[in-house]
Amino acid sequence: MTLAFLNLTWPTIANGLALGGVYALMAVGIGLVFGVLRLVNFAYGQLIMAGGFALAYGAQWGLPNWVSILFCFGVVLALSVLMDRLVFRPLRTHSPAVMLVATFAIAFLLQNVALLAFGAYGKSAGSLAELNAPWDIGGVEIKKIAVIAVATAVFCLAVLQLLLTRTPLGLHMRAAALDFRTARLLGVRANRVIAGAVLISGAFAAVAAVMLSATEIQVTYSFGLQDTILVLAGVVLGGLNRPIPATLGGFAIGFASGILGGVLPSNQSQYLPAFLFAAVIVVLLLRPNGLFTRATGAVERV
Amino acid sequence: MTTLAVEGLSVRYGAVEAVRGLSLEVQAGEIVGLIGPNGAGKSSTLHAVMGTAPVSGGDVRHDGRSLVGRRPEDVARGGVALVPEGRRIFGELTVEENLRLGLAARRSRASGSGLARAYGLFPMLQEFRRRHAGALSGGQQQQLAIGRALVAEPDVLLLDEPSLGLAPKIVDVVFEALGRIRESGLAVLLVEQRAQRTVAFADRSYVLANGELRLTLGPDDASDTERLVAAYLA
Repeated sequence: MTLAFLNLTWPTIANGLALGGVYALMAVGIGLVFGVLRLVNFAYGQLIMAGGFALAYGAQWGLPNWVSILFCFGVVLALSVLMDRLVFRPLRTHSPAVMLVATFAIAFLLQNVALLAFGAYGKSAGSLAELNAPWDIGGVEIKKIAVIAVATAVFCLAVLQLLLTRTPLGLHMRAAALDFRTARLLGVRANRVIAGAVLISGAFAAVAAVMLSATEIQVTYSFGLQDTILVLAGVVLGGLNRPIPATLGGFAIGFASGILGGVLPSNQSQYLPAFLFAAVIVVLLLRPNGLFTRATGAVERV
Repeated sequence: MTTLAVEGLSVRYGAVEAVRGLSLEVQAGEIVGLIGPNGAGKSSTLHAVMGTAPVSGGDVRHDGRSLVGRRPEDVARGGVALVPEGRRIFGELTVEENLRLGLAARRSRASGSGLARAYGLFPMLQEFRRRHAGALSGGQQQQLAIGRALVAEPDVLLLDEPSLGLAPKIVDVVFEALGRIRESGLAVLLVEQRAQRTVAFADRSYVLANGELRLTLGPDDASDTERLVAAYLA
């Protein structure tokens, strides 16, 4: 292979696709809530962190994996609903800046609660570590978790697509994202649409927590934080108010991150985020409306 | 019983009182016009009914129940539909999806797909149902907005300047449709700029200026241009 000098091998590409898939789910999770609330939820990473700790406790208590995963979903969904009820809804009519700062506050609050409760080293969520073992696929060894992550991401996005295009709730969510005021005048229930977006967003955070904990076994207070910052960059890169470009943006940055993590020598991979964010800045300077939107397309909505 | 009753309604945006002590009523099977110059408080009145404008006094009753303080989606689900100013159709959704959104407020789930009423009134909508609504002409979008309101099977229909920006021929289509809607027994409150035509068409028209009721006119007053002009300039 011509790119062999970059260490670009099939397993590296598989890891890139897997991280891209997980980041795409996170991007959709952030994008759904942005669609109906015009709120960038910076605390999304702390939902993933909470899911990670739920998995760690599941492992510590010796629960079967599927019970741990259910417990993770329960914790993340409960926390999502709590955030919505206690913070998002009361602040819904305020300016986007107020809501963004509020989500920063939640993020740091939850991180510090985790730091106090679980210490700086956190807990180990080792029960899914066996998924790091490889499968032999056509003579190439690919990590099981990479295959599972890609399959799960594709499945989740397909289910969401069906929900959005084939059900009344999905139609109401799309309409609310386009013009919430008119949607409500037509009888679309604001609370139900918001609850739908928050729950789906939370479910995707739980999925991300399960996938990330398989590779990043030690769960600490900062679990999911850097991933969320990267995904937010990816979402902005794709175009914040366009669901599909935002998802592609999330995928792209996850893919790039996974590939670069694989090809960079380990003594340089600590600079990986710096490289990625430099790339984001360059892209935004060249294409301020986002990477995957037409040059004039992003402003067509008034 | 009066289907829609506005009783001493006042609407206030901060220091600006957009509607002052307005009373009017619309019975089932009649079209009531609400006319007056820009800024007279016509749209504010409709939005006060829907729960999207701040009511500072008075009451709005639908079949005797007060609507004040309700959420817009609950007003809509209670049987009051609005065709908003500027149509407000969802250009990125298809025609059929726009109509399906109207079903959000429908109370009974019994009868068919529910879209038949809109297709019956405006056959064009059925023909173009798979197109993006943004690709329709202004007149077609207006028909879509009215159809979308009707699939909810409301008993009160509020229209905010449905003829705005339409070619005369399309205005005829819209008024003709309103006539058929009246025959089906709805209570229609029609806000319009086309004063003379509205007065001639409606069962009764209220002239609003500076947020206050100035005059009530019947169809016979449509030719009395002097009175109309005087009401506008008063």
